[in-house]
Amino acid sequence: MLRKGFAFAALGLVLLAGPALAATTQEEPKHLEWSFDGPFGKFDKQQVQRGYKVYREVCSACHSMNLMYFRNLGQTGGPFYDPKYQNPNDNPIVKSLAHDIQVKDIDPDTGDVISRPATPADKFAPPFPNEPAARASNGGALPPDLSVMSKAREGGSDYVYSLLTGFSNTPRGVTVPPGKYYNAYFPGGAIGMPPPLTDGKVTFDDGTASTIKQEAKDVAVFLAWASDPKAEERKAFGFGAMIYLLIFSGLLYASYRRIWRNVAH
Amino acid sequence: MADTVVGANPDPHASGDDPNRRDFIHIAAGVAAVGLVGGLAWPLINQMNPAGDTLALASIEFDLSKVVEGQQVVVKWRGKPLFVRYRTAKEIAAAIKDDHSDLRDPATDESRHKPGKAQFLILIGTCTHLGCVPTFGGGDYGGWFCPCHGSVYDTSGRIRKGPAPLNLAVPDYSFLSDSKVKVG
Amino acid sequence: MSGHSTYEPKSGFERWLDSRLPIIRFANDTIVTFPTPKNLNYWWTFGGILSLMLGMQIVTGIVLAMHYVPSADGAFNSVQRIMRDVNYGWLIRNLHANGASMFFLAVYMHMFRNLYYGSYKAPREVLWILGCVIYLLMIGTAFFGYVLPWGQMSFHGAVVITNLIGAIPVIGPSVTTWLWGGFAVDNATLNRFFSLHYLLPFMIAGVVGLHIWALHVPGNNNPTGVNVKSAEDTVSFHPYYTVKDGFAISVFLIMYAVFVFFMPDALGDAANYVQANPLVTPQHIVPEWYLLPFYAILRAVPNKLMGVILMFGAIATLFVLPWLDTSKVRSLRYRPTARLYYGIFFLTCIVLGFCGAHSPDDPVIPAISGPQLLDANLNSFVWLSRIAALYYFAYFWVITPLLGLTETPLPVPESISSPVLSHPASAPVGAVASPEKRG
Repeated sequence: MLRKGFAFAALGLVLLAGPALAATTQEEPKHLEWSFDGPFGKFDKQQVQRGYKVYREVCSACHSMNLMYFRNLGQTGGPFYDPKYQNPNDNPIVKSLAHDIQVKDIDPDTGDVISRPATPADKFAPPFPNEPAARASNGGALPPDLSVMSKAREGGSDYVYSLLTGFSNTPRGVTVPPGKYYNAYFPGGAIGMPPPLTDGKVTFDDGTASTIKQEAKDVAVFLAWASDPKAEERKAFGFGAMIYLLIFSGLLYASYRRIWRNVAH
Repeated sequence: MADTVVGANPDPHASGDDPNRRDFIHIAAGVAAVGLVGGLAWPLINQMNPAGDTLALASIEFDLSKVVEGQQVVVKWRGKPLFVRYRTAKEIAAAIKDDHSDLRDPATDESRHKPGKAQFLILIGTCTHLGCVPTFGGGDYGGWFCPCHGSVYDTSGRIRKGPAPLNLAVPDYSFLSDSKVKVG
Repeated sequence: MSGHSTYEPKSGFERWLDSRLPIIRFANDTIVTFPTPKNLNYWWTFGGILSLMLGMQIVTGIVLAMHYVPSADGAFNSVQRIMRDVNYGWLIRNLHANGASMFFLAVYMHMFRNLYYGSYKAPREVLWILGCVIYLLMIGTAFFGYVLPWGQMSFHGAVVITNLIGAIPVIGPSVTTWLWGGFAVDNATLNRFFSLHYLLPFMIAGVVGLHIWALHVPGNNNPTGVNVKSAEDTVSFHPYYTVKDGFAISVFLIMYAVFVFFMPDALGDAANYVQANPLVTPQHIVPEWYLLPFYAILRAVPNKLMGVILMFGAIATLFVLPWLDTSKVRSLRYRPTARLYYGIFFLTCIVLGFCGAHSPDDPVIPAISGPQLLDANLNSFVWLSRIAALYYFAYFWVITPLLGLTETPLPVPESISSPVLSHPASAPVGAVASPEKRG
């Protein structure tokens, strides 16, 4: 009788869980298949490289990535990782990518603020010196830092993709304040970011057709990698750990059965 | 066993069938447990090693054109001072002259700089005694003098007097161009 | 600790040490020969699991503190640095963050086991109260720890919880300011919370020592709830229960590892990956899952002070439980009526958890617009949590005392050994397959 009660209760809980998701006005993100989903998922290095290019040429005009260093691009699991260069600082691709970006520094002789080419040990250069400057340039809205964006939003990469491809004409009955744009996937519907991507905006080095959807997908993958650069290492380690624990449990169970076999209990 | 509280129970180690298999299972389980603890211990120990951002700063590039002849520039490298010294011809000659005198840590001056770049001496600026920073221009040999315990180094950074056992260390470095070096 | 010691020093050194510091004797009597009822089922393995989790949290925590920067400017980035740059930092931090959830999961299993088999009843009242103290310290530690990553949920969670103290009449506001060390949750608050987060686990370890001491005086309860009558009822702790606990720990570790390696953020909140911003509050402030039932009780009451009192009352009630239960029989195995109420109580706790996760005004059943009752719609989570909170308190303060006086329990076996082959197939809530049938 008790067990039947639990079954009913479980059913009730499922019914309870439903409305919570539907209660918000925000559109649910579209669900995509990502190469890094699941316990064996991996990042497609080519795709992360393309995504980095989208970030570098489009997003980085307004969005900082304060937790990312150029060396991250060449570290194990990174998009430009090369086994020849175990120290990512020596990776020539990473060096040249960094070198083309100017970062602020202090001249050690004069103490003046100078610009110099970045090295792999430098952070991605932020587009604005501080928060008020960022707000002033964006109509009062603050472009969020993208370092952990995929983890910082419900829906992760699905959300990033849906948002970037989700701009549309304002539906009837919805008013969008001046300077804002309608996007059904954004909480409240009115976002300060103008539609950032257009077909052909970025020329991909590997010849992939540069559609809005492709750009959005690739940059979502790049952000997913940047949010969790150790994900592949984590899953590989976890796979070994699971096998070890299963064997360990089996051994302990056999040991347990043998020790207890003569005890009536 | 009968006199203990648990005496009523069968002894788990005394019983009929194949003793080898029984022992093997208990031993294997014990070994696996030790392996598990060891496997977890390694990350917990390794985390104290230098992290990725620290390692990223482990090599630096330096422009030698900033150093004036007869002077030294001190750069911070891996948290320690690095002496970059532009030696005069007289100092180089003095160093070569002492190549075969009675040195505590014998080394020729030639081995302490890059070929053809005798004027540039790059040294890790910590005394080999107990890690203090020697000052330039002190002591009797025209090199460095450590204020902590009085070690004296010559113009090649070799130990000549005092308690330090070794010469000032030469880091791994290479010339990227005529005036640019990469240290580390 | 109780009864006579069975330890006999074997070598000269052991005799020498035994007469000076009988530490081997102590270890032998507590974890080797300690007589333990032979019919303990898998619900009794959570004590060992909890010891492991406490050790795991302390060890990983000490390691994380080597890299963590307790300042409002540096905390968020230092946690991210641990995830990105520190060798195996991602592993250690995931172990610690998910470890808190696993710790609470195990402690709830331990507590529900206790309630089902009446382990809190005489002579184990002090043992139970010490357990409640540990639970309170755990809540405190978890709260302080959750603030440390300094994400949006950390910050605003700290704001909401510290503001509860403001509900105390007269002294409330000044106590809150004292706790903050300023006029809001800020750098000073973060620093002291870090210090306390480091301190409390060692206090927990101390109380755990007392808890185990108090366990070893009367010895373990068991699924029948019948006292141990003879040596036939018991086995030595080692190897019988070391290996059984070890097996359970290993299975528990598998579940823990699934979270750590394959879904490390499943139990967390996305908003905590946004750095704390005192000027913007996230849309839904919710605590971690293990505190949701208490959060639901807090929000069920429209009055701030009453809400706080009820929330703490829900935990305080546990302390007096041994004196609320009037039943002569310990184990619910022989109390079918009580078992039914216990099952409803277990579900109530889960329902409260769901209420805590939802906005109070959200409808429970979406399609129906229920009638308005007093201040809220009847079809809303606030009313559901009121009903559930009512049952929570009624279970302890009304049902448990009355049931013990009125019900007729089933016949209780003479001793642990006699019902071995014929006990009814019942186990605490959640047991799909009755585990004690094994082996």
